[in-house]
Amino acid sequence: MRKIRGSIITAVTWVLVLLFFFPIGWMVFTSLKSEGDAASIPPKFLVNLNFDQYAIVFDRGMGSYLLNSLSASLGSTLIVLLLAIPCAYGLSIRPIKKVQDVLFFFISTRFLPAAASILPVFFILKSLGALDNITALSLLYTAINLPIAVWMMRSFFNEVPMEIVEAAQIDGANLRTELTKVVLPILIPGIAAVALICFIFAWNEYFLATLLTTFTARTTPPFLASFVDGRGQFLAVLSAASTVAVLPVVIAGWIAQKQLVRGLAMGAVK
Amino acid sequence: MLVKKRALLVGAGLAITAIVLSGCSGAGGGAGAGAAGKDVTLTLATVNNPQMKDMESLKGTFEKDNPGIKVNFVQMEEGDLRAAVTADVASGAGQYDVVTVGAYEVPQWGAQGWLKDLTPALTSDAAYDVGDILPPVKTALSVDGKQYAVPFYGESSILMYNKEMFAAAGLTMSNNPTWQEVAAAAKTLNTPEHAGICLRGKPGWGDLFAPLTTVVQTFGGAWYDNNWKAQVNSPAFTEGVNFYVDLLKTAGEKDPVSNSFTECLNQLSAGKVAMWYDASVAASILEDPTTSKVAGKMGYVHAPVYKTKESGWLWSWNLAVPATSKNADAAVKFAKWATSKEYQQLVGTTLGWTRVPPGARTSTYSIPEYKKAAAAFAPITLEVMNAVNPVQPGLNPQPWVGIQYVTIPEFQDVGNQVAQLVADAIAGRTTVEEALAKGQVIAQAAGDKQKK
Amino acid sequence: MTTASFAPDQERTPVPPAEPEGTATRLALKKRGRQARALVMPALIFSIVLTQVPFLVTIAFSMLQWNQLRPSEIKFNWFENYSVVFTGPDFLPSLMSTVIITGSSVVLSLLLGLFFAVLLDRKFLGRGLARTLMITPFLVMPAAAALLWKWSMLDVNVGMVNWALNLLGLPAVAWNTDLPVVTIVILLTWQYTPFMMLILLAGLQSQSREVLEAASVDGAGPWRTFQWMTLPHLRQYIEISTLLGTIMMLQAFDPIAIMTKGTGGTKTLSYLLYERAFIGLDVGQAAAFGVVTVIITIAVASIALRTLFKVFINGGER
Repeated sequence: MRKIRGSIITAVTWVLVLLFFFPIGWMVFTSLKSEGDAASIPPKFLVNLNFDQYAIVFDRGMGSYLLNSLSASLGSTLIVLLLAIPCAYGLSIRPIKKVQDVLFFFISTRFLPAAASILPVFFILKSLGALDNITALSLLYTAINLPIAVWMMRSFFNEVPMEIVEAAQIDGANLRTELTKVVLPILIPGIAAVALICFIFAWNEYFLATLLTTFTARTTPPFLASFVDGRGQFLAVLSAASTVAVLPVVIAGWIAQKQLVRGLAMGAVK
Repeated sequence: MLVKKRALLVGAGLAITAIVLSGCSGAGGGAGAGAAGKDVTLTLATVNNPQMKDMESLKGTFEKDNPGIKVNFVQMEEGDLRAAVTADVASGAGQYDVVTVGAYEVPQWGAQGWLKDLTPALTSDAAYDVGDILPPVKTALSVDGKQYAVPFYGESSILMYNKEMFAAAGLTMSNNPTWQEVAAAAKTLNTPEHAGICLRGKPGWGDLFAPLTTVVQTFGGAWYDNNWKAQVNSPAFTEGVNFYVDLLKTAGEKDPVSNSFTECLNQLSAGKVAMWYDASVAASILEDPTTSKVAGKMGYVHAPVYKTKESGWLWSWNLAVPATSKNADAAVKFAKWATSKEYQQLVGTTLGWTRVPPGARTSTYSIPEYKKAAAAFAPITLEVMNAVNPVQPGLNPQPWVGIQYVTIPEFQDVGNQVAQLVADAIAGRTTVEEALAKGQVIAQAAGDKQKK
Repeated sequence: MTTASFAPDQERTPVPPAEPEGTATRLALKKRGRQARALVMPALIFSIVLTQVPFLVTIAFSMLQWNQLRPSEIKFNWFENYSVVFTGPDFLPSLMSTVIITGSSVVLSLLLGLFFAVLLDRKFLGRGLARTLMITPFLVMPAAAALLWKWSMLDVNVGMVNWALNLLGLPAVAWNTDLPVVTIVILLTWQYTPFMMLILLAGLQSQSREVLEAASVDGAGPWRTFQWMTLPHLRQYIEISTLLGTIMMLQAFDPIAIMTKGTGGTKTLSYLLYERAFIGLDVGQAAAFGVVTVIITIAVASIALRTLFKVFINGGER
């Protein structure tokens, strides 16, 4: 009885999961079809699959946009970690009065809609001569991601048992060794989770990239948005471009998913 | 205290270094070498239309003929292009050397002094033959006799219909149909297999309101009267919009709010719609047998009318050089090349004659190969483009030049907001009358700014 | 820079653990405070420079009459833009749309996320793969997701959803025309359910097995165990996922720009701001809308955070 019920639940789980994943699976499947097959209704399931659409995608120069995305995302993730880890540690080792206010400040910086600040940012960057610049874009992404990173990191730090830190202190460890040798190793999954989330947001950002970059620093999302040109059918080639655009993050997410769950679990704020 | 101070210093230092660093690399990054004789990199902003993608694929020829000049293309979706280029040009950021600007913006930007006056460069070059540019297009791109942009391609709006479906239903189409005839045919042809007519429903001044404004005009309405008094809730405007919305509801494509040019084109090429009232440039894509199922089966006639004689719109996508460009000479060179007679030959011989950018030059229509390849739609395009009147498209005189738009800065905002309201009426969430009553208030506020 | 902001070694005294009120402790505590501050400063300053400077500029812009296409008419106009915000017809409907769209997407993705988290917490064949597939929608670029749903899923002619509806004998739905709000909510829910699920799954897995087993030995049914043990345990995970999810969905822009263009109650504040700045080209008005949006969000958020969220109330303590 119990076994049958278990298998039913398993089957239901799988059906629901596949339903949820279907749009993405379908996108990949479509990207391997020819344009004619891709647009046919009822959909064709038994068709010749090929990588022709991917050749077209890279022919249109997607490579350089991917590279720009990679540098902006990696760069900003790195700076976020360098800033957020010490900051979160500082916030968790207490006696800062007004920790709440500091935290709230960090979170509130996320409330300004990008559309409101983008013109001011445009004018500031213009006067600094920093338009169409990967470094500037990375720094902006850092500013966007820092609040969430600090918030998450702090809850991870709070999970580190105080006794470990105190024991290290008695052994004469200074603050730096305390952080790097004692606390950080425990936090690796948490850091991986934060890094991944920051990377995802930076990789996927569309709005700032469209307005603040032109050619040298242009990233993948604006390229993708301008991909459909309306000549004939384009479902297959659009699917191929989308697949390439999301692939790096999806793979990173898949590899890091254990860390992600463990990392997030650690943030079980007491 | 020491620690705190040091931290402050370090923090501030980090931020400043970062900004300065980014500043330095920025200055070196985008601009390219400006001095004459040195290598020049042009940055070109353009809309992601098929003809522009063709231009990008052919830029190698220009780079080969002009050693030392490199052209980088930045393709954008139309809305993004407007946002990015307007911010850049209005602020004088000077990131782009060549920009693709619509007929709506050219006179406004030209009058602001944001675009380089191309008149000397064009008239001094006999081979370019500036007199060959279609007169209505040239008028729309000039302010006080100065031409601020060169047309890459131009279009009017025409009615396209599937001849097979018409024959099967025993219907015929005249060369100058009325909207009432079109509506009747659409209702007959509307079946579960294919819709009677595809009309834009996507909210946007350049989407829904491009065809809709021409319908309003031929119904006798207009956005403003000669004294900038808004006419959005006038009986004629209301009648035109009601007609359009009813036609969509009774015989239009499904889910109209999703649809603009690209979406309708897609449905037409797949043979899912019988008629389509949209840009004439679509014909060249519908006639391409590699991407269209209906190539050779389509007929093309004048825009349907009611109270006026012609009702086609007038649009062109143009190349212009911002006044802030640091490489103006090379930029002008490229703009001229891409709109020249040789470029049209180059497209014809390398990509095929149907792909030649239409509606910009009169001589295009006397190229023998083009006449042959584009026989289905070239004559009607030329005929309509020369027939429309951007100075007075409707029944009454208007204080601006332009057909499907009003050449004031506020119009894109007004058009967009009213389009969103009309989309609600298409979906049945509100009535046309209610939508237009709200639209009248929005339009009047913009009109008041013209009066002073 | 990490190194520089740490205290030099000789300044440190180990904390004597068993001396509650001694001067040494107080000194050490004080120093700890200094160190903590030193660690916090770089990030704080970075944030202030990169977010508050633009915000100050936004406030300054909000008091200007400034249309991008009328550069000769830029002038200071005090609070005229704010009067447009409060007396014009745009703001309140847009605020409502934001609340409706964000609110229903957060609630739906939270419920679905919880449901999936419970399902995926069981041990079953292929659990790892199922979880991998399940988190993917969250990883997909919002621009790509919106294009994918527009063309491949919800298109009225070739979309899979409408094809499936036809198979079931139902008529195709004109999603963007007839149900624009639902369309956006579906898309956001699909994207953020995996995110909610991840956090809640983490919460479920941090639950102690012994306690649950003890409960079931005591005769509590699975539903009662869930209600009385698991849900309270999950409370803070639910709070965190709600908070982060709300922040992210408030900013949602791409699906609206790509699919509904702000019609039919989908003109959220972030889309309205875009429209003011880049279609209205009115820099001053856009800034005023932005400032008001920030003030309202911060006001609502601080009330919510300080009263509802245990996560935050306990924020300063350990």
